[in-house]
Amino acid sequence: MSEPLARTPLYEEHLALGGRMVPFAGYEMPVQYEGIKAEHEAVRSSAGIFDVCHMSQFRVFGFGAFDYLQGLLTNDLSRIAEVGSAHYTLMCDEDGGIIDDLIVYHTGDLEYLIIANAANRTTDLDWLRAHCPEDSTLTEQIEPEHREGCGIVELVDESDRTGLIAVQGPRALGVITELAGTGFEAPRRFHIAEARLAGTPVLLARTGYTGEDGVEILCHVSHAAGIWRALLSFPEVTPCGLGARDTLRLEMGYHLYGSDMDRGVDPISAGLGWVVPQKGAPFVGSEAIARIRSKGPESRLVGIIVEDGIPRAGFPVLHDGEEVGKVASGTFSPTLGTGIATAYLPVSLAEPGTALEVVIRRKTARARVERPPFVKSTSLS
Amino acid sequence: MYPSDLKYDKEHEWVRVEGDVAVIGISHFAQHQLGEVVYVDLPSEGDSVSAGEAFGEIESVKSVSELYSPADGEIIKVNSALSDSPETVNEEPYAGGWMIQVKLADASQLDGLLSAEEYEAFVSEEA
Repeated sequence: MSEPLARTPLYEEHLALGGRMVPFAGYEMPVQYEGIKAEHEAVRSSAGIFDVCHMSQFRVFGFGAFDYLQGLLTNDLSRIAEVGSAHYTLMCDEDGGIIDDLIVYHTGDLEYLIIANAANRTTDLDWLRAHCPEDSTLTEQIEPEHREGCGIVELVDESDRTGLIAVQGPRALGVITELAGTGFEAPRRFHIAEARLAGTPVLLARTGYTGEDGVEILCHVSHAAGIWRALLSFPEVTPCGLGARDTLRLEMGYHLYGSDMDRGVDPISAGLGWVVPQKGAPFVGSEAIARIRSKGPESRLVGIIVEDGIPRAGFPVLHDGEEVGKVASGTFSPTLGTGIATAYLPVSLAEPGTALEVVIRRKTARARVERPPFVKSTSLS
Repeated sequence: MYPSDLKYDKEHEWVRVEGDVAVIGISHFAQHQLGEVVYVDLPSEGDSVSAGEAFGEIESVKSVSELYSPADGEIIKVNSALSDSPETVNEEPYAGGWMIQVKLADASQLDGLLSAEEYEAFVSEEA
């Protein structure tokens, strides 16, 4: 019944490292190697690498690229007018429901790169296609020299030929600098630039999902394993799985699509109003979001700390004994040694310090609202 | 990996019988499957336990595992050190990682437990 799972170009590397493989977003991915806590701590104190080859990459080219993307994405695309800059943004439907969260990189003149969630690849592509200007060229999996047409916008799905490895932690840039050799200058935070790592041409994006400084390396899939091994030759580098990726991102309060938001939630309720500028250009969903913003959302995604117990997705959240919501994301924070979670709660309960309880199977654990990031100090802060 | 002086159950607890007291913990296999233990929730001394009923739980970052008592009795001692250093369950599951001591109501309830050899055969099928 279920589709066979796909493998990233690093699959054999994971097996060789003893990775514990699990299904994730249609791929067989490592959830951990040595252990989630150790991997988490390696990223906070040194450097970790993550296989994120499963993620989707789309490219948009052409004279119509800016107008096309600005009409679909919530953040103000003119904020990344400088070639090489990037930002976090959302794609929403007409009701303001979040279709996906993305990072858009302005990779060149009339050219943008979008990195999207693996599980949303088809949904995103369908939406992007459906909203293309009439005079567009939609190409998928075609080498650039074979692209045809002269549309005002060209949309290319590059996911299958693009490898992506995240290198994160206070020592990540040191490792990259050594691999890049003399004359290397790292891109600034939220910027992207070409580079050569271990002789291989790559794009280096100074972005990540851990709250630590670091880069995400884009390369051709055939080069991914070579770069992975070159990174692992540094003693300060630890391979990290999805487990650590989740604890690291939740400590920072970074949203996970499918847990913290989905099509049924708007950016204001999700606490992502900061990527929907109030005076930006119109885009699909902008009117609906403006209405929600002026009226005020009914519920809001808040951070929760649980001192004695580990909140997990779906556990009921109580206030004065009444259920007021359910845990959206929840885990143990290796840095704090406590349980951390997110949940949609009535806005009246969103104030930091509000006393809550989380039902953890047979017992009820005391909890309180906390404004993320849960971990306040990292190599980025 | 499975000391021969212990008895095991299919929920992956081990039991060491000392007179009419059973010391209970989780096996090497269980701690390995679970991963790094980050939280242990144990009952209080004086609580009673029933055979086959959950008495507590242990959690790793990713998963939760319930703890089952193989016999009826009263909890006379709880390893409270585990709340501060739950990783002991991984490091020494048969020593410092013990969980509770139960004064047995009926020691014959333990007769059905597996020997180390039987348990090893059982987990090799599960693994």
